Amino acid sequence: MPPPGLVVRQASLTFGNRPLFHGLQARFDAGSWTCLLGRSGSGKSSLLRMIASLRLPDNHHLDLATSDGAPLTGRLAWMAQQDLLVPWQRVVGNVMLGSHWRGRPAPEDRQRAQRLLDQVGLADKAGQWPDELSGGQRQRVALARTLFEDASVVLMDEPFSAVDAITRLELHDLASRLLADRTVIMVTHDPLEALRLADRILILQGEPARLVSIPVPEGARPRPLDNIDLQRRQAELVTRLRESAHA
Amino acid sequence: MLEKIAPGRLVRPVVALVVLAAIWQLVLILTGVPRYILPSPMAVGSALIEQRALLAHHAGITAIEIVAGLIGGILLGLATALALARFRALRRTLLPLLLISQAIPLFALAPILMLWLGYGLGPKILMAMVIIYFPVASTGYDGLRQTPQGWLDLARTFGLSRRQQLLKVQLPAALPSLASGLRMAASAAPIGAVIGEWVGSSQGLGYLMLNANARLQIDLMFAALVVLVAFAVLLYFGVDAALRLSMPWHRDRVESGS
Repeated sequence: MPPPGLVVRQASLTFGNRPLFHGLQARFDAGSWTCLLGRSGSGKSSLLRMIASLRLPDNHHLDLATSDGAPLTGRLAWMAQQDLLVPWQRVVGNVMLGSHWRGRPAPEDRQRAQRLLDQVGLADKAGQWPDELSGGQRQRVALARTLFEDASVVLMDEPFSAVDAITRLELHDLASRLLADRTVIMVTHDPLEALRLADRILILQGEPARLVSIPVPEGARPRPLDNIDLQRRQAELVTRLRESAHA
Repeated sequence: MLEKIAPGRLVRPVVALVVLAAIWQLVLILTGVPRYILPSPMAVGSALIEQRALLAHHAGITAIEIVAGLIGGILLGLATALALARFRALRRTLLPLLLISQAIPLFALAPILMLWLGYGLGPKILMAMVIIYFPVASTGYDGLRQTPQGWLDLARTFGLSRRQQLLKVQLPAALPSLASGLRMAASAAPIGAVIGEWVGSSQGLGYLMLNANARLQIDLMFAALVVLVAFAVLLYFGVDAALRLSMPWHRDRVESGS
């Protein structure tokens, strides 16, 4: 089934009595990768949680439509900054966690989980406890768990921010390859990450905030670091983000 | 791995026991306390051997009370914790009651239970259950409540029902917290049973102690106490071992840490 595009209308969020944004609109094209940037506290993570219909403490509202008209329920996968591996399942059990939690995993679920572990380069860790893995390895397992859901829409909230720089670059390559042809929305703090991965970059800026679209570098993602266009645009993007703080 | 460590682990407690017995004997020699106040460790030891049939009979009764109380208290406590976590209305009504119930002294409860349930095993099992119930219910409920938000987010995007979320996510996440409640329960269970026996009974170690005391068989009284302590220790380590088995992901850390 082809991935749906998403349309967000009338998104509003109030923190205490301070409106972070209201009447916000956004379109996320089917099968595209959108990166959402903004300063801390701009409400970008909250916007993502609202699209995922996760719990939020503040007053919020959002109208969500899909391009094919079908509801998003059951077609969505979530990946957070923390790997969220559960200590009571081994690595392979964590990959097929959705299957464990919804009922009893079938033998083919286990095979699929093993294949995904192979794809993220952790085939030999299947029988270990999450405790025995490094931070980068744990995040790879989280990526495999996200892929296991086989969702056409993937929402990620700073998924690679807790790992070291080199591991992050490796995870970019891996994620970009494995999440091809899905509608991805990723919140990030890292301008370089956005420029490497995004088909479209949106900055949440101003008070109340608006979404501003930023042009992305040429070339197919993940864009290599020595891409001249990428380097030029990184300086621009950083300037934009700094301005947005004073706006 | 456990077999390799076990003998080394046993040496220290045994040494401690021997030293304790030596000090005990020394106090007897130095102070000249009469043996109807404090019998010698040797006298207690020989009472343990000579009266083993009598002790075994009463110990068996007490063991049944403790184990039945433990199982009943754990099941009831766990059910309460799950129900409290699941139903908001229940929290409002039951939680204050639960806290008030803790203010009732157990000793005051025992005669009432005797009155209602007679002198048999029933009221003793109930006493043990009552003393176990609260730590299990409260640590269980605390654990269920403190599930990290990230796992609840995952559960939501996985499309779990409230019931699935409670049993598959919150319950395993609550296990470490529940485990400390269960360890507390295991060491408290013998207290409940023995209090029940003191208030009114015709068998059990508590009865045997009172009876021996009245007849000035102080060595037998101490022997019964030794058996009771052995029960409490065995129960604690038994529950501890069961908990480790049920949380294999915890075991390595605990063993390397000690």
